Amino acid sequence: MSARLTLMAAPISVIAGGAIVALVAAQTPQTDTGFVTLPATRLTYQLPGEFTKNGKPIANPSTTVSVNAFAIMADLVSVGDFKRCIAERACPGNRDIGTRDDRPAVNVSWRDASAYAAWLSAKTGYRYRLPTDEEWTRAAGERGSGDLPQIEAGDEAARRLARYEQEFGREVDPVTRPLGSFGRNVHGLNDIGGNVWEWTDSCYARHTANGTSSVVTNCGVRVVAGQHRAYVTDFIRDAKSGGCSGGKPPANLGFRLVRDTRWQDRLKLLLALRT
Amino acid sequence: MNRHLKIAAGLALAVGMMAQAAPAQELKLPREKIDLVAPPFVHAFDQIAKRGPAIKEFKLTIEEKKMVIDDKGTTFQAMTYNGSMPGPLMVVHQGDYVELTLVNPDTNMLPHNIDFHAATGALGGGELTLINPGEEVVLRFKADRAGVFVYHCAPGGPMIPWHVVSGMSGAIMVLPRDGLKDGNGKSLRYDKVFYIGEHDLYVPRDENGKYKDYESAGDAYNDTVEVMRKLTPTHVVFNGKVGALTGKDALTAKVGETVMIIHSQANRDSRPHLIGGHGDHVWETGKFANRPETNLETWFIRGGSAGAALYTFKQPGLYAYVNHNLIEAVELGATAHIKVEGKWNDDLMSQIKAPQPIGQQKAAEAKPRPQMAH
Repeated sequence: MSARLTLMAAPISVIAGGAIVALVAAQTPQTDTGFVTLPATRLTYQLPGEFTKNGKPIANPSTTVSVNAFAIMADLVSVGDFKRCIAERACPGNRDIGTRDDRPAVNVSWRDASAYAAWLSAKTGYRYRLPTDEEWTRAAGERGSGDLPQIEAGDEAARRLARYEQEFGREVDPVTRPLGSFGRNVHGLNDIGGNVWEWTDSCYARHTANGTSSVVTNCGVRVVAGQHRAYVTDFIRDAKSGGCSGGKPPANLGFRLVRDTRWQDRLKLLLALRT
Repeated sequence: MNRHLKIAAGLALAVGMMAQAAPAQELKLPREKIDLVAPPFVHAFDQIAKRGPAIKEFKLTIEEKKMVIDDKGTTFQAMTYNGSMPGPLMVVHQGDYVELTLVNPDTNMLPHNIDFHAATGALGGGELTLINPGEEVVLRFKADRAGVFVYHCAPGGPMIPWHVVSGMSGAIMVLPRDGLKDGNGKSLRYDKVFYIGEHDLYVPRDENGKYKDYESAGDAYNDTVEVMRKLTPTHVVFNGKVGALTGKDALTAKVGETVMIIHSQANRDSRPHLIGGHGDHVWETGKFANRPETNLETWFIRGGSAGAALYTFKQPGLYAYVNHNLIEAVELGATAHIKVEGKWNDDLMSQIKAPQPIGQQKAAEAKPRPQMAH
C-alpha cells in the first residue's frame, strides 16, 4: 500500500484531468480481468419494478435516460477473486460460491457483492460499486433484456397461470462455466445473459397510478439483471427456490463491478488517502 | 454375505414356508391382467365394481438405479419398483384377489421382497417373496379390507429401513365394491386420481458439504446409515425428485372437477395441505370403512401409511400441494403444483383495493370536490 501512496503523491500538485487519467492508466486494478470503458450516452430502456394502473398490472413503460461514462469489468467476479476477499475476512465465508477459480462466483447475495466492492475499493484506492440497472442495461448492449412480458389480459388466475408458464418456459443449465464461455457482447463484455444473473444497486419499486401516481421503493429488494429481470431480496444467495419478490428465479446469482472514472472521484479519493 | 449363502437362505425359507402351508387354493374366479401406470397417474379402473370378485394380475419389476433427485444434479442410489419412486399405484375392489408377479432381474445386486400393508400374514407377504437377482416369485393375497395401503420392500433387519428410504415403496387402493361414500351413505365420485408418494431421503455429504456420488447402493450403504440414524433427511420429495410435479410436470385440473389425491409415506410423518384449497372429504388414516373427515385445511399421514382426499376445485389459478412442514416443503422439496383452468369467482375472493401507498386513498378522498353548493 505504501508504494502506491508515493506513486500517487507525486502528481497531486498537478490538478489537471489529464494527469489524473494517466495515473488511472498506470495503476492496474486488483483483479486480473480487464475493464471496458463506455462513454456517456442516452439510453432508451424499460423501467424496472412493478407498475399497476387502476389496480391492474400493466407492462413496464419505456423511458429515455442519460447515462454517464463508466468503466465496467469485462468479466464477472470470479471464484478466485472472491476467495481473496474471504481470506482477508472482508467478505463472509461462503462455501457455495464454487470450487474452480476460473468460474464466476455464484450463490452471492447483494450484501456479499457490496462487501466485495467495498473491500476492493479500500484495497486499490478506486471506487468500485455495483452497476445501476441503467448502467447494466447500457453495458449489456444487444444482450440486454427487461422484464418478462407483463400479462395484462384475463383475470387474476389466468394471469397467474400465464406467468407460471413463463417462469418454467426456458430451463437454464445452472452449472457454471469458465469465464468467457458465453461469449462476448458488442461492447466486449463476457457472459452477459449467460447462466449467471447479475446484481445491480437499483431498488425494487412499485408504481401505482389510480387518479394520482405514486411510487413505493423497497431497497431490501434489488433489481437483478440477466436473460430477464428479476427482483431478489438483498440477503438471498440462491434464488432458485424463491426468495424472489417477482420474476422467474435466476439460475445463479453473481456480479461484476463498475469502477468510477470521473476525475473528480479520483481526486476525492487521492485527497482522502493523503489525509 | 456370499451369493451362494444368500440363495441357500432364500431357498430354505421358501421350502420351510411351503411345508407348513396348505396347497394354494384353486380359485374359480375370472382373471384380469392390469398394466400399471407410472405415478402420479393411475391405471384405469371402475369406481363402482361392475362384476363380482376377480383375480387381478399385476407385475412389478425391481430396478436398482442411479437417479438425479434435485436440480443441482445430486445423484442417488435408488431402489425402485418398476423404475419409479414411488412404485405405481394398484387399484382393486374389496373381495378381489391380488396376484403379484415380483421380478428381480439379474442386473440388480441385492435381494428384495414386498410387504403389502393390505395383506394378512407372512409379514405382509415379505416372508414369501424374498428373491435374489435372477429370480421371480408370485404372491396372491385377498384384498379383504377397503382403503389405501402402503407396500414396501422389507428384506430383513437393517436392510428394511435402508431399502424403504432408497425409494422402494408404493401404494395399493382397495375400493369398496359399491364405491366411495360420505358419512351419510351418499355416493362420492371423482374425475381424476393423483397418487403422490412422498420419500424422505438421506444423502451423505463430503467434508466440503457437497452431496456424495456413489457407483452402487452397496458403496453408499455405510455412509447412508450414518445419516439415517440422525433422523434428519436431506431431501423430502414427491415422485422421486425435488420439483418432479412442477413446471412442465405440474398437475392439471379444471374448475368443477373433483380430484382424489392419494398420499403415501412409508417411513415418516407428513401433513399434506392444498394451498388455496381444502380436503372436502378426507380419509386421513386411509381406510374406507371409516367415515371421511370433511372440510379439512391440513391432514396427517402417519409414517407407514397412506391417506386419500377428495376436493372439487372452485377457483382457477395455481395451487401448491405441500407437506405443511414448510421447511420440508420449500427447502427439502416436498411441493407439487396444480394448474387449474376456469372462471374466477369474485364472490369467493376479491382484491378490493390493490397494493398502494398507505393513506393514498384517504388523500384522494380529501381532495375538495368541485361544484359544491354553499
